[in-house]
Amino acid sequence: MNTGQHISHKFDEEVEAVTTSVLNMGGLVAQQIDNAVKALLTSDKAMAEAVIADDVKVNTFDVDIDDKCNRIIVMRQPTATDLRLIMAIIKTTTDLERMGDEAKRIARQAIDIAKRGALPEQFDSIEQMATRVKEMLNRSLDAFARKDVAEALEVIGLDKKVDKDYENLTRQQITYMMEDPRKIPAAIDLLWSSRALERIGDRSCNICEYVIYLVKGKDVRHIEIKDLKAQF
Amino acid sequence: MKNMMEVQDLTFTYSGASEPSLKSISLPVEKNKVTALIGPSGCGKSTLLRGMNRIHDLYPGHQYEGVINLLDSDEKGYTDILGIKKEADLIRLRQRVGMIFQKPTPFPMTIFENIAYGLRLSGIKKRPDVQEIVEQSLRDAALWDEAKDRLDHDARGLSGGQQQRLCIARAIALKPEVILFDEPTSALDPISTLAIEEMISVLRKKYSICIVTHNMQQAARISDYTGFMYLGEMIEYDQTDTIFMTPSKKQTEDYISGRFG
Repeated sequence: MNTGQHISHKFDEEVEAVTTSVLNMGGLVAQQIDNAVKALLTSDKAMAEAVIADDVKVNTFDVDIDDKCNRIIVMRQPTATDLRLIMAIIKTTTDLERMGDEAKRIARQAIDIAKRGALPEQFDSIEQMATRVKEMLNRSLDAFARKDVAEALEVIGLDKKVDKDYENLTRQQITYMMEDPRKIPAAIDLLWSSRALERIGDRSCNICEYVIYLVKGKDVRHIEIKDLKAQF
Repeated sequence: MKNMMEVQDLTFTYSGASEPSLKSISLPVEKNKVTALIGPSGCGKSTLLRGMNRIHDLYPGHQYEGVINLLDSDEKGYTDILGIKKEADLIRLRQRVGMIFQKPTPFPMTIFENIAYGLRLSGIKKRPDVQEIVEQSLRDAALWDEAKDRLDHDARGLSGGQQQRLCIARAIALKPEVILFDEPTSALDPISTLAIEEMISVLRKKYSICIVTHNMQQAARISDYTGFMYLGEMIEYDQTDTIFMTPSKKQTEDYISGRFG
């Protein structure tokens, strides 16, 4: 991909400004997820409420970045790498905004669990999954910042493990629910949270796919990871 | 799809120049498609276009090497237009491969006569035939509705965009197979430009088109294939979508994304 400077320095500045906004938004979303998971694991109601309240900041980034991209499209009519970057940014922003919503969902479960008082069985098992998902998001943002295809491919590869975590967790909780119906509300809270984490993993993969599209000019959505690795 | 024209290894040197202006250029012009040539000033795109109907040869001494094939009218074979020697054959070539220039060039006569003049020169003299072709040409050039009530007015009273469409009608009247456009809209306002672009997309159904343009968005909008030229060489030729979304050469990308320094 082309990283040379434009004849118009202002164009370079505009692209840089919007790229920085995406990375800042990514940092905020990562923080939201981290706080939501902490609130969940420690039944910290105040922290969970803060996560819910701060979602508006994520939404503001979403709107602001879309606006910046609209301006660039109208004024610059970007082509080639520039066009792919703007497309990748618009799509990345949408995924980040949805991840922010997932963080909010986890925070809601945290409040429910804190109110109920009784923790779900094997509550700690969600921590491992959360750690993996946070790693995926952070590394997908790194891949975006560095336009790093190899890193993007590795992150996409990690999703299998997260899917496995989710599968195991679901199986465990079903067992507990069958053993004792009184555990069903807590188990469902946990399942909702793990589902949110699993989705965050999927959306981190999406970001990595946009990075590959940006750098290689090839749309790799809906392609199996093994076929993907064979291509690059 | 058959190629209407095929430029092969064309090297062209202007009379008196020490260096060639075109270096080993190859380019197909597909039948019923629009091929755009883009590149910075002085890259040779207009020189190439003007070679394609030998209009350079209005002045003597230029040197061509290579081949420019034009599909025969019976579509059974190709003839190398660089082999044409007789003046009458060159005139016939320029009827088959018409050209539209940057500035509209209406003749100082009525709208009707602008088209009829060339028809009579080419041997079509019967009034009903001339009238029919004039109307059809104006319709094809999307000028009929605006001009039908003022055919006896001086053509120079038309707006710039209308004059350009008149020139296109004049070229079409001679039943060309290829139309070459040399920056046809660079002297026009955006609305007239869109009218010409719309017309080109309709003309494509009947003719094969090659267009030189400085307006890259225009090339992206109206062409099927795009060639990027730089310093007399064809750097990259591909489908227009590919050139503007994922060009393979860095020079192409630098140019289309405004990084050319």
